[in-house]
Amino acid sequence: MSEDAPKRAAELGIPEFPPDPADDFEWVPATRQVAGDLPEPPLIDWRTTSSSRRAFLRGVVCSGVAVSASAHLFTVRPSEARAAVRGVERLITLNINGKARRVDVPPSETLAQTIRYRLGLTGTKIGCNRAECGACTVLADDVPIYSCSTLTHQVRGKAITTVEGVAEPDGTLHPVQQAFIDELGPQCGFCTPGQVMSAVGLLKKNPAPTVDQARRALSGNLCRCGAYHHYLAGVMRAAGRA
Amino acid sequence: MTDYMHAFDLYVPASLEDAARLLEEHGENAWIVAGGKDSFDWFKDRHKQPQAVVDIGGLQELHGIRDHGSHIAIGATTTLTEMEESELLGEHFPVLTQAAAQVASPQIRNAGTIGGNVSQDTRCTYYRDGFPCYRAGGNACYANTPTAMNREHALFGVSRCVAVTPSDTAPALVALEAEMVISRNGTLRTVPSEEYFVGPDTDITRMTVLEAGDILVEVRIPWTWAGARSYFEKVADRQTWDFALVNIALVAKTEDNRVADARIACGGVQCTPRRLIEVEDLVKGETVGPDLETLAKRVAARGARALNYNQFKIPLVENLTARAVRSLA
Ligand SMILES: Cc1cc2nc3c(=O)[nH]c(=O)nc-3n(C[C@H](O)[C@H](O)[C@H](O)COP(=O)(O)OP(=O)(O)OC[C@H]3O[C@@H](n4cnc5c(N)ncnc54)[C@H](O)[C@@H]3O)c2cc1C
Ligand code: SF4
Ligand code: FES
Ligand code: FES
Repeated sequence: MSEDAPKRAAELGIPEFPPDPADDFEWVPATRQVAGDLPEPPLIDWRTTSSSRRAFLRGVVCSGVAVSASAHLFTVRPSEARAAVRGVERLITLNINGKARRVDVPPSETLAQTIRYRLGLTGTKIGCNRAECGACTVLADDVPIYSCSTLTHQVRGKAITTVEGVAEPDGTLHPVQQAFIDELGPQCGFCTPGQVMSAVGLLKKNPAPTVDQARRALSGNLCRCGAYHHYLAGVMRAAGRA
Repeated sequence: MTDYMHAFDLYVPASLEDAARLLEEHGENAWIVAGGKDSFDWFKDRHKQPQAVVDIGGLQELHGIRDHGSHIAIGATTTLTEMEESELLGEHFPVLTQAAAQVASPQIRNAGTIGGNVSQDTRCTYYRDGFPCYRAGGNACYANTPTAMNREHALFGVSRCVAVTPSDTAPALVALEAEMVISRNGTLRTVPSEEYFVGPDTDITRMTVLEAGDILVEVRIPWTWAGARSYFEKVADRQTWDFALVNIALVAKTEDNRVADARIACGGVQCTPRRLIEVEDLVKGETVGPDLETLAKRVAARGARALNYNQFKIPLVENLTARAVRSLA
C-alpha cells in the first residue's frame, strides 16, 4: 500500500482502509516454520527403492487388502453381490502386457480405472474420460481402443498392451518410442502414452504407412501442446525401423 | 459426476437366445451395450441408470459381413472399422464404407458397432446434460427458445423437439434402401431403414422403432444399388470426433451422362435421416451438368425452417447437394 493512499482515499470520501495483513507479515521459509524442530523427513527415492510408494501401491492393489483400501472408490453394493450369482464374476484374470493378473473388478469399472488404480500401471492417462482425447489409448488384441470408455469386463480374454508393455524386457525402447524421442515428440508428455499406443497399433497392422495413413491413425489422439507434426514425423521414422 | 458409472449388474449372454431372455426378464430396467461408446457417456453422467446391462458385443452370431445371395448382411456387432475395411462392402457399396470411415475417431470406430451407430440417441446438448425436456419426458424444449444454442439442431420435421439424427451411417443406409432385422423373443421382423428411424411426431422419447426387448440382429443391404455411382460427404467442426453438422449420401445410376435413378439422404438436418425426394425427382432423367446442379441446389433445402443459430445449415445442405450432383458428371 503506497504511503499517500489513505490520504487520497479520505479526499475521495472512501472509508478508511482496513489494515492490510500483508503489511506486517514476515516471510519465513515454510518448511522451517511448519516443521519446527521435527526431524527431516526421510527422502523417498521414487525410482529404485523396492518399497517405493509406487511399488507399494502396486502390491496392495492386487492383494485382497485392496478392496478395503479403495473401498471409498468402489463401494460394493448389494446389487453387485447379486450380480456375482447371475451376472459376471467380479474376480477375473486379465492378460495385460503378456502377464496374467487376477483382479477384482466391479461390473461398471472402466479399463482405464482398473489399469491405473488396481494394477498400478499409471502410464495410461485419463484426460477427458469421455472418448474425446485419446490419452487413455491401449491395445486390445493389437487394436487401439479408449480404455476410459471400455468396461474392463468387455476385454476379458483379450490381450491388453499398455505403454509399459511396448519396450523390450531389457529396457530397449520400442522403435516408436525411440523415434518420438528423436523427433522431439513429447512436450508436456501427457498425451504421449496414447500417441505411442496408436502408433504401435498402426505399425502392427501396417508396417509401411503413408503419411496420410499415419495422420489418420493418430487422429484420435489430441495433443494439447500441438506437437502433431513431431509425432507424425516420429511415426514415419519408426516405420522405417519397426 | 463423470468419473464413475453407477453400480449396475453386467450380463454377458452366450447366445442371442440368452440375451433375449435377459431382456425379457429385466424389461424396462435392461439396457443393451454393444461397444458402449454412446451408452457409457449416459451412465457416467448418471442421466440414465439402468440396473441390468446386457453386453451383446461378444455375440458371434451378430458379428460379421456376409454375402447372402439376395443381399449383404452386416451383423449388428460388426465394428465400424470392420465395415470401413470390408472389401465386399467397398467394392459394391463405397458410400457405406466412406460413411463408416467418417464416424468419430479411429479408436471409437474400432469398438463402436453398426448396431450402436444406428440406435444411438440424439446429441442435443440440453437433453444430454439432463434437462427435463420433452424427449426426457418433460414439458419443454430448451433448444428451441430465443436464446438457446441451437446451431446443431434441425431444419425440418420439427414437432416440439428440434434434435437431429447424429449417425453418419444412417443416411448411407437409407440411400441404399437397407433393411433392419430385429429380433424379439426369438421371432425376427424386417423394417426398412427409412421406417427404423422415428421422428418426434411419432414418438418424442425415442429415435428408433426399437422397444424394450428388441435386439437389432443385422442390417441387410439389397443388391439394388451395387456398383452404382455414389457420393458421401460429412461437414463437421473438426474432422475427428465431431458429429456431422450436415452429411449427405447419394447413390445414382447413370446412362450416358443421364441420371436413370437416384436416392439422396441427409443427416443432421432432421430427427431422422432426410431423403431429398424433390432433388431425386428433379434429377431423374436429366443430363448431369452445371444447369442440373443449380436446379438441384434450388430445391434441396425447400421447406427448411431455421432456428436462431442454424441458418448456416441451409446453404450447407444446398451446396452439399450441388456437389453430390456434380460428382455424377
Ligand atoms: C466422442 C464421440 C464422438 C462420436 N462421433 C460420432 C460421429 O461423428 N458420427 C457418428 O455417427 N457417431 C458418433 N459417435 C456415436 C457412437 O458412439 C458411435 O457411432 C458408435 O457406433 C456407437 O456404437 P456402440 O456399439 O459403441 O454403441 P452402444 O453405446 O453400445 O449402443 C448405443 C445404443 O444403441 C443400443 N444398441 C446397440 N446395439 C444394439 C442392438 N444390436 N440392438 C438394439 N439396440 C442396440 C444401445 O442400447 C444404446 O442405446 C460418437 C461418440 C463419441 C463418444
Ligand atoms: S431439441 Fe429435443 S432433445 Fe433437445 S431440448 Fe428440445 S426436446 Fe429436448
Ligand atoms: S481419457 Fe479416454 S479418450 Fe480421453
Ligand atoms: S505433448 Fe503435451 S499434450 Fe501432447
